[in-house]
Amino acid sequence: MSILQGSTAHVPLDPATPPSARLDDVAPDAPDKSRASDLIGPLVTFCLFIGVWYLVSMVLLPPHKRFLLPPPHRVISEGFFVWRGGERRGLQPILLSLWDSAKVALIGLIITILVGMALAIAMSTRRWLERATWPYLVAIQSAPILALTPLIRAIIDGTMNQRLLVVVLISIFPIVSNTLFGLLSADKSQHELFTLQGASSWTRLTKLQFPAALPNIFVGLRISAGLAVIGAVVGDFYFRQGGVVGIGAQIDVYRSRLWGPELIAAILLASALGLVVFLFFGWLAKRAVGKWHITTRGT
Amino acid sequence: MILDGGNMTDAPSTNNSAGAVLSFDHMSMTFPDGTRALDDVSFSIRPGEFVTVVGPSGCGKSTLLRIASNLEKNTSGHCEVDRGSIGFVFQDATLMPWRTVRRNVELIAELHKMEKAERAKACTEAIELVGLSGFEDKYPRQLSGGMKMRASLARSLMMKPKVFLFDEPFGALDEITRERLNDELLRLFQHEGFAGLFITHSITEAVYMSTKVLVMSSRPGRITDVFDVPFTYPRTHDLRYEPEFAELCGQVSHALRGAHQ
Repeated sequence: MSILQGSTAHVPLDPATPPSARLDDVAPDAPDKSRASDLIGPLVTFCLFIGVWYLVSMVLLPPHKRFLLPPPHRVISEGFFVWRGGERRGLQPILLSLWDSAKVALIGLIITILVGMALAIAMSTRRWLERATWPYLVAIQSAPILALTPLIRAIIDGTMNQRLLVVVLISIFPIVSNTLFGLLSADKSQHELFTLQGASSWTRLTKLQFPAALPNIFVGLRISAGLAVIGAVVGDFYFRQGGVVGIGAQIDVYRSRLWGPELIAAILLASALGLVVFLFFGWLAKRAVGKWHITTRGT
Repeated sequence: MILDGGNMTDAPSTNNSAGAVLSFDHMSMTFPDGTRALDDVSFSIRPGEFVTVVGPSGCGKSTLLRIASNLEKNTSGHCEVDRGSIGFVFQDATLMPWRTVRRNVELIAELHKMEKAERAKACTEAIELVGLSGFEDKYPRQLSGGMKMRASLARSLMMKPKVFLFDEPFGALDEITRERLNDELLRLFQHEGFAGLFITHSITEAVYMSTKVLVMSSRPGRITDVFDVPFTYPRTHDLRYEPEFAELCGQVSHALRGAHQ
């Protein structure tokens, strides 16, 4: 085949090549590397945050109002580096309260996940149920839960149950909506493939719809988990007993006693709890669906 | 499972369907909104035959396959086929993105509760047959369009179907990949001995692949012409540039124009 007769001659492909050697190019793997430079962004933001904090505390606030936002070094020295300073002062009471709220958030989140996913699965199989429930879910999502606290207190016994209910009410919508959306996201042709094999609706759910929904479920989980932390803080703000109280109630105490450093330390730790939960579910999502679902990011 | 209460041996054989693995008998299909998709379609496919239906888009070609596989119900006439031995290849590869190639290929067998060891063995064979060895642990997003179709083929091959229904499987691929997969499919057709019903709107593809080409008109879909393709298998790439091949393509094209009016 060394001499071509004329410029338009066609060179036939060699049909003897084994099939596996003639494969089309493999699509390249998506880049999946976390570099040290990824840390620069958050670091810059952190420095800016501290800078603005000092600015507000030391420059904008007059000295007699500085207790509203003590500068960072005072929060660290008095909020974090005092273990126990008299009644309710220091880091230990903050951590105990945080742990108390974290437990409520976690239990509440588990209830939310179980109820929310069950509801979403039921809604995905019964169109009328979806239509019947949807408006009320949206209503719960936008209802001011705070205004319902007297009612909750009147109906439900025990501060624990009351706090759990607040967590569920605040965090259930994203898990239901995302799970439902995910369950309905499988392609028509994928469904037909299952129909052709005479698959039962249980098989269809477990082998098609549920796996297809996983990326969305994790999105919902992440949002719901963050809301569960907020729900726990709000809940123990309104429903508290003696003894160890939740972080929300603790923050309220610091606020009323004008204990600036403890107040800020408690707020920072409550935010950190939310961040940890967020990161955890991001990590979980990456572990579960990162291999096949491209848009999952591990942040 | 055999539809319409009949069975294959004593079915009404108005179009000489004795011995056929798939036969349509005066079959019509009208959608609920009144659209006539198919009108009085009769033909049958015997073992060893590869029949292609060409026609303009929206003429009801795909509906033919959907009726054969019981995804839709015809409104009159009969369709006879052993539904237990159908392989269906969709327009898109319909792979599950969360499954690796191996687990995707195993899916249909898994749904039919094939025993695990047997499944693994058949899966390895099927993957080898379509030339995907070495890619078993890749996920669909790591594959090109052509490789996805190969995986999709392997998934149906695992069940060793007697009839293979292809719904424009290579329509979305580039010309080079398509021709390559045409060759691969023909090799499988000879090797595995299934009968094929292939839907396409590419005339070259139709003539290259088939023992018989049916031309379908649009609205309502009706078989207007039948061409027997005389070329022997195995067919090679060069066939596409033979004058006889070009002539037959020309006839089909002419018939298609007639059908389109």
